[in-house]
Amino acid sequence: MSAVSSSPVIERGTAASRIAAIAVAIIIALLAAAPQFLSAGAVDRMTALFIYVILAAMWNALAGFGGLVSVGQQVFFGLGAYFAIRLADAGLNPFASLFVSAIIVGLVSWPLSLFMLRLRNGEFAIGMWVIAALTHLLVNLDRLVQGETGTSLISLNVYDAGTRRVAIYWLALGSMTALLAILFGLLRGSTGAAIRAIRDNEDAAASVGVRVTGTKRLLFVLAAFGIGVAGALWLATSVTFQPKTYFNVQWTAYMIFILLVGGIGTFEGAILGALVFFLIETWFGGTGVWYLVGLGATAVLFSLFLPRGLWGTIEERFGLRLLPVGYRVRLPGNARADKGTDPSPERTTLDQEKA
Amino acid sequence: MSNQIIQGILLGGYYALIACGLSFMFSVMRIINLAHGSLAVFAAFALWWLASRFHVSPFVGLLIVLPLMAAIGWALQRFLLERSARGGALLPILTTFGLAIVIDNMLFEQFGADTRSLAPYIGSLSYDSWEWPGSIYVGKLAVIMFATAVILLGGLQLFLTRTRLGRSIRATSEDSDTAGLVGVDARRANAIAASIAMVTVGLAGAFLGMRATFDPYAGAPQLLFAFEAAVIGGAGSLWGTLVGGIVLALAQTLGAQVHPQGFLIGGHTVFLVVLFVRLSTSGLGLRGLLRLPSRSAS
Repeated sequence: MSAVSSSPVIERGTAASRIAAIAVAIIIALLAAAPQFLSAGAVDRMTALFIYVILAAMWNALAGFGGLVSVGQQVFFGLGAYFAIRLADAGLNPFASLFVSAIIVGLVSWPLSLFMLRLRNGEFAIGMWVIAALTHLLVNLDRLVQGETGTSLISLNVYDAGTRRVAIYWLALGSMTALLAILFGLLRGSTGAAIRAIRDNEDAAASVGVRVTGTKRLLFVLAAFGIGVAGALWLATSVTFQPKTYFNVQWTAYMIFILLVGGIGTFEGAILGALVFFLIETWFGGTGVWYLVGLGATAVLFSLFLPRGLWGTIEERFGLRLLPVGYRVRLPGNARADKGTDPSPERTTLDQEKA
Repeated sequence: MSNQIIQGILLGGYYALIACGLSFMFSVMRIINLAHGSLAVFAAFALWWLASRFHVSPFVGLLIVLPLMAAIGWALQRFLLERSARGGALLPILTTFGLAIVIDNMLFEQFGADTRSLAPYIGSLSYDSWEWPGSIYVGKLAVIMFATAVILLGGLQLFLTRTRLGRSIRATSEDSDTAGLVGVDARRANAIAASIAMVTVGLAGAFLGMRATFDPYAGAPQLLFAFEAAVIGGAGSLWGTLVGGIVLALAQTLGAQVHPQGFLIGGHTVFLVVLFVRLSTSGLGLRGLLRLPSRSAS
C-alpha cells in the first residue's frame, strides 16, 4: 500500500498479527472448553504447561525486555507457595489464598527491588540467588513448615478431586491469559519503549528522560507477582509444600532453558519455548539425570550458536511478527514486499536490537 | 569464644581461596562464572577418583588435576566465554549457568548421590592439630589451607604487578582495544587469566574435599560462598578477598552459635548487610566493589 512512497514506513500490526490475534482468541476459547474432553492426567499436564508459560513470560519480561538476568527467581516461586500455605492455615479460603499470596509476593518484592536493582548483570544474577538461598533457610525456620519435612495445603481437600482439578486448570489458564495480556499491553505502551531503551543502553535511555529505576522496578515487581502466581498454582496442583522443591534453582534453570530455546526478548518466544520444554519434559523427563544434562547442554548450545532462540531466528529470517509489541521501520526498498512474510531480514527493525 | 574466632579466621582462608578465582575472572574478563562452584567440585571429584581408584595421594593428584584445570580454563575461555561475551553482558551468565547444570548432573551420573571426602586419603592430616596457648587446638589442615591462601593471593599480586605477562593481563582488563594497539594479544591474555583462575579453583576444590564432604550438587553453595567472600572483601585488592573470606567465615561461625541453621543464615546476612551499607554509602555498583586486583596495586 505504501509502495509509491519513498519515506520509511512505520508499522505495528501486520496481516499475520491480525490473523494471530483471532487465532489466539480461538485457542483460548478451545482451551477453556478442553477439560470437557481431556482425561484427568491430560488436564493436569495442561495446567503444568500454563504454569511454565507464566514462568517463562515473567522471566522474559525481566531478562529479555529489562536486561535483568536473575538466577534467584525461585524465591518468588517458593514464597508464592509458602504464603498460600500460611494464609490457608490462617483460615482463608484456599483458592483465595493463592491470589492473595501472589499479591503479598509482589508487595515483598517492592522493597527488595530498591536494593537489588542497584546491582548490575552478574552481580544481580547471583545476588538474587543469595536472596533465594536465605529465604529458603528462613522459611525452614517456620514451625508450620517443619524444615524440609514441609506441609500440605490440607484445606484444599474439602473440594472433591474432579472439581478441584478443573478449577485449578481454569485458574491457571485465566492467570496465564491475564498475565500475558498485562505484559502485552505494557510492552506495547510507552513503558514498553522505555523498557527496551533501558535494556539496550541504560545511560542513553536515562539521558533522554526514561525513568530507568521506576521502569525496572515495575518489571521486577510484575515478574515477582507473576512467578508468585505460578508458585501458588503449582502448590495447588501438587498440594504438598517442601521448601527444597519450591526454592530449588531448577525453576530458574527451566525459565532460562525455555527462553534460550524460544528466544529471549520476543513475546512469542516465551510461549513457543514453554511448549518445546513441555514436550521435551513429557518425552524425556523420565530419563532423570540425562534429561537435565540435555537441558543444560541445549541451553549452552543455543546461547553459543543461536542466541536469539527459535522464535528470534524465525522472526529475523521471515520478518514474521505474530504478537508485535514494538514498532518497525520499513525502508522504502522493503516496503513492496509482502508484509506478513518478508524474506529479507531487516536490520532496521527497532526492537530487534539484541536479546 | 576466642577458639571460635581462630577457627573462623582459618576457615576464611578456604573462602578466600575459592573466591580468588571468581573475582580474578570477573576483574579480567568482566565475567561472573556461574560454573565456578561446580568446577571446584569437579576438581574434588577428580582427586577423589585418583585416590580411591589408583591410590594417588590428593597432594600428588594435584600435579595431574591442576594442569587439567588450567587446560579446562583455557578451553572455557576460548570456546565458551569468548564467543558468548560477544552477545552482550547477559549471555555469558546464561552460558555458564547451563554449563554448571551439565557439570553437576554429569558428576551425579558418574558418581551417584553419595557424599565423598578426601579426608581418608590424607592420613592423619585430616585430624592432626597443634595446641596453642590457652588450650586452643588448631587443625594442621586448616593452617595449611590458610597459608596456601595467603601464598596464592600474594603470589598472584606479585605476578600481576611484577611480570610482563601479569601486566599484559592487567592492560587487557583495563582496555583490551588499547592494549591490543600496543601489542598485547588480548585473546591470549584472557585465556591465560582463565587458566590461572581455574588452577585456583582446583586448589579450592582440593581443600573442599579434604576439610569437608562434597557431593555432585555441592557446586552451588560454593559459588555463593565465593561470591559472598569476594563482595564482602571487595576493597579492590586480592587481600580484600582474604578479609572477605574471613568476615564470611566468622559470620557463619557466630551464626552457628546462635542457631543450628545459623551457619548459612549468618553468612548470607552479613553479605547482604555489607552490600547494603556499601550501596547506600558509596552509590557504587558491585562493579566498583569487585574492582580489579591490579588497580590498587599499580
